[in-house]
Amino acid sequence: MSAISLQDLDISYGTAKVVEGVSFDVAEGESFALVGESGSGKSTVLKAIAGLAPDWTGGISVLGQPRGHRPDRGFARRCQMVFQDPYGSLHPRKTVDTVLSEPLQVHGLGNRDARVEEMLGAVGLDRRFRFRYPHQLSGGQRQRVAIARALMLEPKVMLLDEPTSALDVSVQAEILNLLKRLRAEQGLTYLMVTHNLPVVGFMCDRMAVMNRGRVVEIAPAAALHDGSFSDPYSRALYAASGGTAHD
Amino acid sequence: MSAPLLSVEDLRVSFPTPTGRVEVVKGLSFDLGRERLGIVGESGSGKSMTGRAILRLVRAPGRVAAKRMEFEGTEIQSLPERRMRDLRGARISMIMQDPKFSLNPVMTVGRQIAEALQAHERLGRRATRERVLEMLEAVRINDPERVASMYPHEISGGMGQRVMIAMMLIPRPSLLIADEPTSALDVSVQAQVLDLIDELVRDHGMGLILISHDLNLVSRYCDRIMVMNAGRVVESCAASELHRAQHPYTQGLLAAVPRMHETRPTLPVLDRSQWSGT
Amino acid sequence: MRMLSRDWYLDDAPASRLQANAGRFYRAGGLLLRNPLAVVGGAIILLLVLTAAFAPWIAPYSAVGQDLSARLLPPSAQHWMGTDELGRDILSRVIHGARITLMIVALVAVISAPLGLIIGAVSGYFGGLVDKVLMGITDVFLSMPKLILALAFVAALGPGIENAIIAIAITAWPAYARIARAETLTFCQSDFIGATRLLGASHGRIILRHVLPLCTSSMIIRVTLDMAGIILTAAGLGFLGLGAQPPLPEWGAMISRGRVFILDQWWVATMPGFAIILVSLGFCFLGDGLRDVLDPKQGGKS
Repeated sequence: MSAISLQDLDISYGTAKVVEGVSFDVAEGESFALVGESGSGKSTVLKAIAGLAPDWTGGISVLGQPRGHRPDRGFARRCQMVFQDPYGSLHPRKTVDTVLSEPLQVHGLGNRDARVEEMLGAVGLDRRFRFRYPHQLSGGQRQRVAIARALMLEPKVMLLDEPTSALDVSVQAEILNLLKRLRAEQGLTYLMVTHNLPVVGFMCDRMAVMNRGRVVEIAPAAALHDGSFSDPYSRALYAASGGTAHD
Repeated sequence: MSAPLLSVEDLRVSFPTPTGRVEVVKGLSFDLGRERLGIVGESGSGKSMTGRAILRLVRAPGRVAAKRMEFEGTEIQSLPERRMRDLRGARISMIMQDPKFSLNPVMTVGRQIAEALQAHERLGRRATRERVLEMLEAVRINDPERVASMYPHEISGGMGQRVMIAMMLIPRPSLLIADEPTSALDVSVQAQVLDLIDELVRDHGMGLILISHDLNLVSRYCDRIMVMNAGRVVESCAASELHRAQHPYTQGLLAAVPRMHETRPTLPVLDRSQWSGT
Repeated sequence: MRMLSRDWYLDDAPASRLQANAGRFYRAGGLLLRNPLAVVGGAIILLLVLTAAFAPWIAPYSAVGQDLSARLLPPSAQHWMGTDELGRDILSRVIHGARITLMIVALVAVISAPLGLIIGAVSGYFGGLVDKVLMGITDVFLSMPKLILALAFVAALGPGIENAIIAIAITAWPAYARIARAETLTFCQSDFIGATRLLGASHGRIILRHVLPLCTSSMIIRVTLDMAGIILTAAGLGFLGLGAQPPLPEWGAMISRGRVFILDQWWVATMPGFAIILVSLGFCFLGDGLRDVLDPKQGGKS
């Protein structure tokens, strides 16, 4: 059974079709990247899987179960998402504690204090941060909180929307290490959207290159080592990112 | 090298906070000739404030102080605001991060560039138009006539940044300050824009200050690099010597970037305790 | 005691929910106290509240006791604000009137602000047809002059202080709905709302727990600023004889009664007028101060 399976997915905003005929499968436990430039539709695919872009046709199934067009509670337990901008993804008037307790409240799970403390430890945040507001946290700390929130319901599949592109390089390294460790510890499946090819090389097993709403190529991450891409667009992207192909 | 284009000594920028004034730039000194200087640092390092301070664009309640800040032999700090306005744009230009916020949305691209020119030079309509089209061509816009009549929302990010460059370079300044000129752009466009800046700067014999968070990018396009951390320069070296950087902060930054040929299981993380005491 | 010390409030790493919230209020309170106009406004409102609470003890005379031998006396040591046409002490009536004014203001705020808030948030959050219908209704109310609409309601419900309050509340909510909707639209597409939806939270929960808390600060400011208008509308209804009925010492009604003598016995109408102006100003000052503290968009953070 694949963790995420997309069949011939079309997504539109109003009358404009932004994603056309996207199909791929992500195996359980795999880390899969969607790469492309702005406007390629990569983030839109992620939103559709999450249920935040309801205007789509085709098939989306997560862990073998087809998903509907809206967020639902059962889906929430299986699949969660981390957003790009840590400054916009946390409610400005809620403490870290409230943010992390909320998923437990929504799903009627008990033992909240212990779970929140445990999760803070897992994402490498000190207990001191528990009752702080987002404006008292740095960008990297906020992103840790966002990751912790996504993990509160113990999902198996994580959607990552450029989780480090708003962060400084030194902080990016910390967050990437954290994501990698969490995946190993909890056996997570990642679907990560990014425009940064070296990050793919560090984090992912396979990638799909998107251009103008279509997947032009699906390649193993090892292709980044030697530039063995078959599609001309992938090669151009690789070269622009500073890669040198060995033919 | 002859007399420096820009000479800064002990530049300090401070902002008030509830717990007293905090310096975001703490005593920065450098000389710049007709060369390309890169200022690198993470957010909060004071790199952008340095650029703004040179143009006297730091707004109150921020405060700028320096022992010396000379541009082409003139002390900038004591210039009256009116003279400063003439200097800005005409002699020193600045390219900001996102063209979307720097271009006037209700004015055509051509008119905006023309205005940048007219603010500093008196030219007839025809001559102005010629210069504008010439400049658009110089920033490699294929169909300058058509683009000149377009509005900012009708052009792409990369083209917007090229228009910004045209606007900034048309009065023929001798110093260009580029503050993260490409971080809002896609990788494939980034290289084009930077190549363009590089070429224009070299053709006109201008000085360039390139401010960025990206060490590798700066090392590719600059002659000299200053690495800033918490308001101070921690390392200053020739771009070609970057890989031999001495300071643990610079080394840490270089190591923390994932590489295309990545094989490390974890990325090394900066140990901030190593230098924060100094 | 460690608790309630300055350090406890400003602790960067609060140890409990209570401390985190207390710290937030402490900081806001500190900012408010540094704003002189807000302090003046707050003092006036505090004075109003205290006056209303202790009216029977403060007032030197009864508010309704008549003394026809002391009709229309000018202000003096015995009657600081003079007496009216039935020999009642105007100061005492103004003091008792504070209770009525406070009640009107409080009830209108309690009825109309939450109503407007919820309608606006629901409208902005769902958008589409819900938005069109709710905002259509809101526009109908907004398109009519407030006082005229209140007049119509009072005329239909019958004169009296309760009906006046209901009428004012009904005319006040549409403005709040508009603000709440605009506010909601600015952040209902943001990631933190999206993240909460992904957690499986219901629409009701998102509106109640996530959208409304972000609208409340601008709403508090707006309601405070509107208080002056509400007092004036209430006074206007009283003046027209549609609000509080005699012998209740409502300020607007008092002015109305004093109008007959305005040329010869100016104090009868002027004294309650002063009270209205003072309290309105108090609310305006306080509202401006609150805006500086609560609304980050106004640059209150710097």
